[in-house]
Amino acid sequence: MCDIEEIQMRKMLMVAVASALLASGLPVVAHEFKVSALRIDHPWSRATPGGTKVGAGYVEITNTGTEPERLTGGSTAAADKFELHTSETVDGIAKMRPATEGIEIPPGSTVALAPGGTHAMLVGLKKPLKEGEKFVVTLIFEKAGKVEVQFKVEGLAYRPEPRETDHTGHGSTP
Amino acid sequence: MTLRVLRIVLWVLVAAAAVGAGLLWSEVLPGLNTRQSGQAPDIGGEFSLVGHDGKPRTWSDFRGKPAVVFFGFTNCPDICPTTLGELSVRLDELGPEGDRLNVAMISVDPERDTPDVLAAYMSSFDPRIVALTGSVEEVEQVVTSFKAYRRKVPLDGGGYTMDHGAAVYLFRPDGSFAGTLDRHDKPEDQTAKIRRLLDA
Repeated sequence: MCDIEEIQMRKMLMVAVASALLASGLPVVAHEFKVSALRIDHPWSRATPGGTKVGAGYVEITNTGTEPERLTGGSTAAADKFELHTSETVDGIAKMRPATEGIEIPPGSTVALAPGGTHAMLVGLKKPLKEGEKFVVTLIFEKAGKVEVQFKVEGLAYRPEPRETDHTGHGSTP
Repeated sequence: MTLRVLRIVLWVLVAAAAVGAGLLWSEVLPGLNTRQSGQAPDIGGEFSLVGHDGKPRTWSDFRGKPAVVFFGFTNCPDICPTTLGELSVRLDELGPEGDRLNVAMISVDPERDTPDVLAAYMSSFDPRIVALTGSVEEVEQVVTSFKAYRRKVPLDGGGYTMDHGAAVYLFRPDGSFAGTLDRHDKPEDQTAKIRRLLDA
């Protein structure tokens, strides 16, 4: 269903990552699929309710390399600030804090910014985020530098699909 | 091929983390969920707040229908809109049956969440959900009687966020506590819980 879009997104990302690497003067590894040690999947945001100036950004980042990487921040024309926040519910209390050290992505790991957990907070939205819209975010990584990613705005009640099946290509949807 | 294996391993880890988070969540309000019968724990109590429509609302107004209540605030980017969005879908699925429910979000941030701010916010959700606010003292009292939690946390560079109780409470028509909705429940399980509350 969203496969084509995902492939396009990846292509776009590869180009973006390649450009970022070229621009930053970092060495570009010859193999096409290792142009970056990062894979960025499913960047999305939730539509914002009326009047609010804050939104959330979610994305899955996989470090396919052998070196630790760190997401240190980002920026977008859609909002004044793009902040990284940790969010956890401990003993039934929801707590949100700025992730001042950034978010580490150890080699061989996927870090998911997801509802109810670590997420990006869009502060000072220029206009409400509406379902179906897209906006560009420049993610900033410690090693890979700047990577442009397009975030898709999903509905207020959107839940990311369980991705076990669509990633492995095995099995069938229950 | 190795990538594929890596992916599988990673998703297993993600699943394990999700299970871990679920276990943590199930410890919310420990002991209360298991008390399905007998004397209900003393959660909830009379309050006098104002709805996003500007009309006064008391806890007594909620008698006669089962109630779904949670605490949130409009400057909350993540959990609050997610919860309200999902409750809107649950109500949509219930259709006219949902009219037999009271559904309320009580603001833990009454300083910013005036009835006008809440009215704009709630226009994005099912109109059967009411948002309530009041003075800081009034809200503090409600938080205490619902055994919830609120704490103002200053942020660098000004502004603040709120720590808040994340539980979604279920109440019977007589106001007695009937359990909570689990954020990690499948949507259909949440609907089933609400239906049971309606049928009880």
